[in-house]
Amino acid sequence: MTASSDDSSSLGLARWYDLFSRGARDWLRHDEKVREAVREHLPKIIANGDVINDSARSVRVPVRMLEHYHFRLRNPGDSQGVGQGEAKPGDVLADGNPDRGSEKGEGGDGDGGIQLMLEIKIDDIVDWLWEEMQLPNLKARVGPSDDSDWVREGWDRRGARSRLDRRRSVKELVKRQGLGGPKTFTDEDLRFRQLARRRQPAVHAVVFFMLDVSGSMSDRDRKLAKTFFFWVVQGLRREYRSLETVFVAHTTEAWEFAEGDFFQVTGTGGTVASTGLNKVREIIDARFSPARHNIYLFYASDGDNSIGDHAPAKEALDDIATKACFSGYVEVASGLSRQLATETGRLFGDAAADGAPVASYVIDDFDGVWGAVRHFFNAEAKALG
Amino acid sequence: MSEPITGPAGDWRSYVQNMEELAARCGMNFHPVEFEAVPDTFMMEIAVYGLPVRMPHWSFGVRYIYQLIQRNMGNSRLFEVVFPGNPGHAYLSNGNGMAENVLVTAHVLGHADFSRNNLLFRRCQEQVSEHIVEHAASHARQISQAIETHGPQRVEAALDAALALEQHIDIDQRLRRERYPEFLPDPKALVDDDFRRRFASLDPVAAHGVFETKKRAPVPPHPERDLLWFIAHYAPEMESWERDIFLAVREESFYFYPVFATQIMNEGWASYWHARLLREADFIPPEAYVDAIKCHSDVVRPMAADQQVALAVNPYHLGFSLWEKIIEQQGLEAARRIMQEDDDFGFVRNHLTREMAEELELFRFTARNDGQIKVMDRDLHGLHEALLAPKYNFGAPNIAVSKLGNDGALELEHDHVTDGRGIDVDRSRKVLEYIHRVWRRPVTLHTVDQGGAALALASQ
Repeated sequence: MTASSDDSSSLGLARWYDLFSRGARDWLRHDEKVREAVREHLPKIIANGDVINDSARSVRVPVRMLEHYHFRLRNPGDSQGVGQGEAKPGDVLADGNPDRGSEKGEGGDGDGGIQLMLEIKIDDIVDWLWEEMQLPNLKARVGPSDDSDWVREGWDRRGARSRLDRRRSVKELVKRQGLGGPKTFTDEDLRFRQLARRRQPAVHAVVFFMLDVSGSMSDRDRKLAKTFFFWVVQGLRREYRSLETVFVAHTTEAWEFAEGDFFQVTGTGGTVASTGLNKVREIIDARFSPARHNIYLFYASDGDNSIGDHAPAKEALDDIATKACFSGYVEVASGLSRQLATETGRLFGDAAADGAPVASYVIDDFDGVWGAVRHFFNAEAKALG
Repeated sequence: MSEPITGPAGDWRSYVQNMEELAARCGMNFHPVEFEAVPDTFMMEIAVYGLPVRMPHWSFGVRYIYQLIQRNMGNSRLFEVVFPGNPGHAYLSNGNGMAENVLVTAHVLGHADFSRNNLLFRRCQEQVSEHIVEHAASHARQISQAIETHGPQRVEAALDAALALEQHIDIDQRLRRERYPEFLPDPKALVDDDFRRRFASLDPVAAHGVFETKKRAPVPPHPERDLLWFIAHYAPEMESWERDIFLAVREESFYFYPVFATQIMNEGWASYWHARLLREADFIPPEAYVDAIKCHSDVVRPMAADQQVALAVNPYHLGFSLWEKIIEQQGLEAARRIMQEDDDFGFVRNHLTREMAEELELFRFTARNDGQIKVMDRDLHGLHEALLAPKYNFGAPNIAVSKLGNDGALELEHDHVTDGRGIDVDRSRKVLEYIHRVWRRPVTLHTVDQGGAALALASQ
């Protein structure tokens, strides 16, 4: 009945609750669940154009705390309560705010709905994307090189001294001690890292991003294109150990740009797609042999190409199609979508009809970016499969 | 406030025994209590989990963060948490000052007196045993083992469902209940006449076949409100470890119910006693007494110091005021009898009188969806109902199992007449999904929509 006096500090002993927080543990599990939930809204995240900062390796996504649901009565229009203090019937203690009504109705749990910012690694998103789309592994046209590499794989009880995994070995010791074995290391406890030889996927790839920067392309169009390109790079990086990127912008002329400048470029005047396509051709011929590189081309435009350019552009595209694994045309039409019934749309449509590895897609808004990524990578997988 | 605990000597602990003796002299009757001073962080966890050691679940993580935010905003402070039992366990915050802890010790003894003598507590403790703290710890262990064997996802699915239904128990039934009888009593078997006896003597086997065919009893034989128990026993495809999880949650709910249903009485009783024991404790140095009384008035005040009006009733204040009045008018013996027999429903209805309501300046208000709050009236019956409404049925809608189909389909019926309105459709769908994941056959809930028309919600 007396108060216990085993004060932790006086005995110099830590109690279990000093070392371990259940609340934190369960909070971490909540955090994981939020991530899973966010994952289900992947298209939305991808649609978020602000996600892409050149150097950012993560994305911040606002999320709500999860609610563990219980059966509850429907929210009554008015609720009643009991208060205490100097007040007469008819007194108004708080004024109504007509704006609040709608806000409160939808699932607000009355806790003021704390918002969290969740930081998600771009790599994770790409992982999810890949699983989500269940893409057959993209096959490289240029066969795998002979490159192979040693990778770590599993543990064994025997091995070279240099591969001894100390942490793992101590674990074994502890396990055995738990079963009442001797307290010193024996050979039985030692664990060595094993290596296995793994073939590396195709190594060299180059992706051309070609952007129409003519006067008709609005800022929004350019941003749509940029978002799309961003995810394409992420996707291809996954497949190729060394991925080079080449950025080409064109109006009636074409230029190669560094990535940093590429999206800032604004041009004026008309659109002659063949200039851009020829520039790509030139660069391929000069720097990337199709025999040693897997070549990709993605072209973003609003579709307005000058009428007279059809033949030269077709010729250039056909030539590229023989050298590239895949060419994609994405029509960014934030203003009015003509569903590829444009000059450039026809150009790529014709090439596809000829059986070239070419596909087209329209992006009207940011939500469409997801569809585009999915479309191209499935199409590409098919074209190569 | 006063000096912090510096060591085992010369601090609040030295008064515990005096306080216990004084309490006993005042007629209080309690099991021994083990006091432990713990860090604030742990206090917070106890408050979040409701028990010092409890099963893991992500929803506790959410509550934990809310608590953490509240604490950082300085909104709440926990002095103590008590667990009834024999012995009882009291956790005191390390951050309490010496005088605060003297007060808290007296307060804890009030709770210990209450939980040992109140009928509802006694009934529940008889069933759950007097060792809920230890039981909860063993549930937690059992669930960690399940996680190791069956993986975190599957255990979480079972806990999602079980904890979502934690209020849906039937406190009028026993904790350990038998399954329903499998067969209906056979009315024919009771008939005993010459013909039947003769027939039976001629061919016992045939007679058995003709006259004693048993009829299967329907399941459930009556609407079953104990959803946790029903699911644990009648789910067609649940595994035994999942049933154990449901029963573990149910046992903890049996423990939580009296705490929930007597909060006003219980906190009031403890507050009455800490005030009185403090007054009579001549062994406390006068400066500690002053500090402790200041702390007392902080705890039982009806509203924050700078406010004229509060939009919630502080249960400490309400309970404390009612007990003071009862003891003043009817004497301690009568008060002890009330303490033993009532729960908050009886306590408020019988003892929150017209005069008391006026003295406490209680009023009823309506809060509109757009935030407007308006004082309605001081009608006594209305006050009783508004105070007690959140307490009916463990604070949950009345939902009972109405039918178990031959195909294993589960049908739930919401008693919207008693509850006065239908159910929150979106949330209920989610709960049905939780249930479906362990029931593994269709689950349907019948309620009414906004217009009062019948509405059936189905899982998926």
